[in-house]
Amino acid sequence: MSNEEGAALSGLFTGVSDLQESRSVKGTPASRLPAFVLGEELGDMADRDPRVIVMTADLASANRTTEFRDRHPDRFFDFGIAEKNMITTAAGMASAGHVPYAATFAAFCAILCAEQIRTDCAYTDLPVRVLGHHSGMSMGFYGTSHHALEDIAMMRTIAGLTVVCTTDANHLRAVLRASLDHHGAMYIRMGRGRDPEVYAQVPEITFGKAIRLREGSDLTIIATGAEVHAALEAAGALAEKGIETRVVDMHTIKPLDEAEIRAAAAETGAVMTLEEHNIIGGLGSAVAEVLVECERVPFRRHGMPDEFALIGPPAGLYAHYRLDAPGVTAVALELLGRA
Amino acid sequence: MAERTAAHGRNVSKEFLEERAKFVRLETVRLTKIAGAGHYSSTFSAAELLACLYYGQLRINPAEPDWPDRDRFVLSKGHIAIGLYPILADLGYFDPKLLDDYTRLGSPFGDHPDMKKIPGCDFSSGSLGHGLSVCLGIALAARPQKRDYRVYCMLGDGELNEGQVWEAAMAAGHFGVQNLVAIVDANRLQIDGATSDIMGVEPIDERFAAFGWDVQRIDGHDIDAVLAAFDALPSGTTGRPQLIVADTIKGRGVQMMELSLNWHVGNLVGRDYDAVIEELKAGLKPVAATEVRP
Repeated sequence: MSNEEGAALSGLFTGVSDLQESRSVKGTPASRLPAFVLGEELGDMADRDPRVIVMTADLASANRTTEFRDRHPDRFFDFGIAEKNMITTAAGMASAGHVPYAATFAAFCAILCAEQIRTDCAYTDLPVRVLGHHSGMSMGFYGTSHHALEDIAMMRTIAGLTVVCTTDANHLRAVLRASLDHHGAMYIRMGRGRDPEVYAQVPEITFGKAIRLREGSDLTIIATGAEVHAALEAAGALAEKGIETRVVDMHTIKPLDEAEIRAAAAETGAVMTLEEHNIIGGLGSAVAEVLVECERVPFRRHGMPDEFALIGPPAGLYAHYRLDAPGVTAVALELLGRA
Repeated sequence: MAERTAAHGRNVSKEFLEERAKFVRLETVRLTKIAGAGHYSSTFSAAELLACLYYGQLRINPAEPDWPDRDRFVLSKGHIAIGLYPILADLGYFDPKLLDDYTRLGSPFGDHPDMKKIPGCDFSSGSLGHGLSVCLGIALAARPQKRDYRVYCMLGDGELNEGQVWEAAMAAGHFGVQNLVAIVDANRLQIDGATSDIMGVEPIDERFAAFGWDVQRIDGHDIDAVLAAFDALPSGTTGRPQLIVADTIKGRGVQMMELSLNWHVGNLVGRDYDAVIEELKAGLKPVAATEVRP
């Protein structure tokens, strides 16, 4: 075991047993897991750009901004367990010319600090980057207090706020790099940081432009975040049944790539959305808002039903709520009347 | 202290600052009439503080509102923006005529200030409890940028009910940001009653001191005392944030409003309007009330 892999097995939140693992990432080197690239990528950005500031709220060991702290101690701030102060302080720094990246659990930024994000970051049009990691129910049996299944809905109603979900480690790198000169405030949603790889290289991305990962003519699955990987796996399973599935990584929830949604409806005839989020208000709702203005096609929002999650390890929860590949495959077959 | 040269080059006297405080109160009454409602009394309590800050203390240049080395001022008690706008106009940040459409459809000027629309406004405010965190961020940004500006934050005493204020106070003490200056306009009232009755915040000075702040406590209507407090701010390295608790009287300057619960938001019309204008023009009378009254 290399030192890097050894590091992957230690630490408060990133080191987890198989039982706690969100999704299988066995064999994925640490350098290709989001939790391990966040501090490194931000550190590299700070090497080149004096505007970069990184801050967290007593979670440097969880989000691995420790690497940034070690490389740029003068531009790293740990605010302790005081998230509201952190977000507003980031806005103050942004008003003085910085681009602050404020990282904490999605539940404790997007949900706890929704007003600070709206009033101090978005209304002011300042380049604050709120990094909400451990989103969805990736915290598993930590329970609802540590889940964020409402954050996309809350964030996407804030005027002027760009809302982006990261897919894997390479996608996270792309999002961070592109965020540096992006106008206005951003909410960047991350998974647990141990998300399986979708992109073998750092992809070219444009905020507001979806990425079509697989072509298909029978169905489109529009997915976001770590669920993109499940969508691709499901598409493979569906292909074995003769169903050709287009898979779209809708990484930017706002501004939404409406053209890609209309194309999915027109060209594949059936659309399913897939997200680790309450089906009210998230990606599914955003896509539905576009589809109701298109010609009618079979459509299914798939995500967390409108309830608080059971207690359980992440993998167990994904299986229970049919958010793993077999579950997604089954839901797609239902949508197509092939169940 | 008779003469004082502000950093932006104005020669100011105590008489001049009293005149500017009067100007703030008169403009507040005039603009409120345009809007049909306004925060008279919590603006009046801060009139001397605002005048001393803008005409006697802040290192600013109205010709260059975004000057990176300027001192910042954040009005955390954003509901008294009506008293700030006339000062910004008077200093030349924008045409004073723009205020004649205060709060009308499409105006840059609402009840709470918008930094995107108003030159000279360093940060938008309105939701109480945020401003000290904003100022902490601006103050911390001076470190990697190696700048020597100060950041001033005005809070109300009622505002200290908000928990985020204490998150920021704790962090400011922890990070030792001495270029942060908080001014609490302790006017003793909040909307529902006396601050001591609704949610007690005293002893403000001792509470902040316990968080690692240097504290001064002054009469916020005494211009000499306000300027002396500014002069006492340390220029050397102390590693401690600075607090000025300004004891004031909500509604100061209009006797029927002083420490009255009725005038947090109001609208003077007709003879009442004319009488208040005359009262303000005549200058400050002795304080009419020493206790909160309904």
